[in-house]
Amino acid sequence: MAGTRDIGAGAAGGKWYELFSRGARDWLRHDEKVRAAVRAHLPQAVADGELIGGGARTVRVPVRLLEHYRFRLHPGAPQRGVGQGPVRAGDVFDDPGQATAAGGKGEGGEDDGGVRLLLEFKIDDIVEWLWEEMRLPNLAVRDAAAPDEDWTRQGWDRRGARSRLDRRRTFREMLKRRTAPGAVPTFTDADLRYRQLARRRRPAMRAVVFFLLDVSGSMSARDRQLAKSFFFWTVQGLRREYRTLETVFVAHTTAAWEFAEAEFFQVSGSGGTVASSGFAKVSEIVRERFDPHSWNVFLLYASDGDNALADAHAARAALAHLAAATRFCGYVEVAAGLSRHLDTETGRLFASLAAEGASTASFALAEFDDVWGAIRAFFTAQQRVPGAS
Amino acid sequence: MSGKDWHAYGARLERLAHEQGLRFHPVEFEAVPDSFMMEVAVYGLPVRMPHWSFGVRYLYQLIHRHMGHSRLFEVVFPGNPGHAYLAAGNGPAENLLVTAHVLGHADFSRNNLLFQRCQSQVSDRIVEHAAEHARQIQQAIDTHGFARVEAVLDAALALEQHVDIDQPLRRGRYPGPAQPDRSAPEDAFRRRFAALEPAPAAQSPPARRSAPVPPHPERDLLWFVAQYGPELESWERDIFLAVREESFYFYPVFATQIMNEGWASYWHARLLREADFIPQQAYLDAIKCHSDVVRPAAADQQVALALNPYHLGLSIWEQIVAAQGLDAAFTIRAEDDDFAFIRNYLTRELATDLGLFAYSARDGRVRVLEADIDALREAILAPRYNFGAPTVLVENLAGDGTLELAHDHRVDGRGLDLERGRKVLEYVHRLWRRPVRLRTVDLEGRALEVRAP
Repeated sequence: MAGTRDIGAGAAGGKWYELFSRGARDWLRHDEKVRAAVRAHLPQAVADGELIGGGARTVRVPVRLLEHYRFRLHPGAPQRGVGQGPVRAGDVFDDPGQATAAGGKGEGGEDDGGVRLLLEFKIDDIVEWLWEEMRLPNLAVRDAAAPDEDWTRQGWDRRGARSRLDRRRTFREMLKRRTAPGAVPTFTDADLRYRQLARRRRPAMRAVVFFLLDVSGSMSARDRQLAKSFFFWTVQGLRREYRTLETVFVAHTTAAWEFAEAEFFQVSGSGGTVASSGFAKVSEIVRERFDPHSWNVFLLYASDGDNALADAHAARAALAHLAAATRFCGYVEVAAGLSRHLDTETGRLFASLAAEGASTASFALAEFDDVWGAIRAFFTAQQRVPGAS
Repeated sequence: MSGKDWHAYGARLERLAHEQGLRFHPVEFEAVPDSFMMEVAVYGLPVRMPHWSFGVRYLYQLIHRHMGHSRLFEVVFPGNPGHAYLAAGNGPAENLLVTAHVLGHADFSRNNLLFQRCQSQVSDRIVEHAAEHARQIQQAIDTHGFARVEAVLDAALALEQHVDIDQPLRRGRYPGPAQPDRSAPEDAFRRRFAALEPAPAAQSPPARRSAPVPPHPERDLLWFVAQYGPELESWERDIFLAVREESFYFYPVFATQIMNEGWASYWHARLLREADFIPQQAYLDAIKCHSDVVRPAAADQQVALALNPYHLGLSIWEQIVAAQGLDAAFTIRAEDDDFAFIRNYLTRELATDLGLFAYSARDGRVRVLEADIDALREAILAPRYNFGAPTVLVENLAGDGTLELAHDHRVDGRGLDLERGRKVLEYVHRLWRRPVRLRTVDLEGRALEVRAP
């Protein structure tokens, strides 16, 4: 009756399926897709992670498994089904599955069942992927105080440390000597060229960047996440370009405080918005610690743009005062999910500042995916025309 | 009991099954490692096309198994010959039970009319066909690149359930426009009509060049995309049709799950009971395993929000055999699917005995509903309509190539999940290469349209 029978023969015999797992192959493909998706939306993914500002060099991003979409009915409320057990019509009880919902439930595994992957990314890698060359706008020579000293490459010599041998130069010297075409090239000691270093004074380009964040009650948690995400990646990117960059973190509601970097990314506040307090605080710090004659001062301000009306004049004055001391003022307006096109109290404030010829730029940030755009808008233009917006 | 014993007992079980009236094609048994069992369960076929969504299911299976939720004893593929894979980890007594169970499935799939109809379309060598599809798709990957093939599979597998098994598997395009019948029969009315003032010829509307496509709302989305995709390449069409063929194979398995599992469970219990050649201890071990398999979803006075199809099907079959005899049971297994089976044979008394109840759940709170037997039956069947998918139809193929889909919300009772709907349209649009639209309704019943792009 039955055909060939392998049962009982055991699993011996080296079947193909012992060497190769289709499930694992397709699972790896899923992983690749997840990584690509996370890369495409990194600012969002990373802002959702617990990491920001912790000083760790990796980010752990929890991700859901990808879903292969199909047409499905709206889940609707309430959901209906058929169960089994000793109950009577009208009984009400807690879903027994939810109490023990440690894993997937139901057949077929269509439900997500709370499974999460934890992907780990190196921050340096992320910056590497996404960064174009960042430049602080309007960086100027500040010649006061201690000018930088650095080793610079300067010329070649016939003697030097083995590690500084310049192969290209050496080869070129040999070619110069060679007379007959086709002669076998040989090197002599006279061809050797070594790179020389010299200690040289460099014009000081010291820079300090102020990160000023509005943490008032009107900023939603998502707004703050968005702003912090922007600041976080800006700091990462700038530090990569400028080894000696000073950073100052200030948050304000109706008053303003300076924070350490790690604390800054955790800070939240409540209450009204008085932007002038923030500008005044920055001015105060500049006055005390960063003389504009020896420092390039930059300001990045993030807010939802709703400043107290009574503060309008004070804010304008404080910002104008501050702008005079800075090389550049950037304004990021965070309005998660909205795009208000900078048509806000603070937005207009910066617009009028720009109209007066100050070096400033504004950017409206509505989505996590806009973060890169904002960073590019501020930092990739080599030289910003004063007043450009 | 050793493998050799199994050979002896297996043959005798088959003989016994035959004496009891089961009729089945030969079955090839193969013992495979657990890992392969799991893959067979995930892919639905021993060798099948690669796609990342199977990887996701594979992971869920792994998690499930590690949590001890499920254990697979066997997987059967109907056909001539049938293929049965038994887990290499099964004990000898378990294998006896599983063999008897497989014979029940083999009888069901050979004699059930729905299986017969689908198999006559697909052929009874689906396992080989699927392997051939997988090979074709591997070739397509080599020729056209992984990304393009994956895009086709994203769309085709997303529409996997949207086939029309009432139409032939090999189905050509709609017939062209019917020629208007100019030679109307002469009758009294026509003569009188002709005697009236002749209408100027120019006033007759210009004849329609082509019949509308589709001429009626079309359920078979896989077929429609394959046949009418404006810029579909032939290898892409082949992939759509391969997925469609596999769906034709899967449909009867889906639509008779309760009956089929119940039937196999009924017969493994009965065959083992009647097999006096099996040693006492092996029988006891096998019966222990049986009671684990057909355990109600809610054992030990607990409440479960799901049904065990093995348990439900077995209970109904036992009642049928007790009340109407074995011959009636054979007729029912040939003629019904789950819809008829549940509606005709799940009685009020049985439902009460089994403790079945309909419920509604909101935010983790479950309320048991007042439901008569009809409402209860429909609640069991609700997720089984239309291959378990919403009713989405091709409504029109517009002149500019736009694909217009419509969701029949009156049949399904509510609208579609919009976000998922949009994603599916995006998959389809990548191949249709013209706009794709879908009409449905929101929760308040207002009309909505989803589009890609």
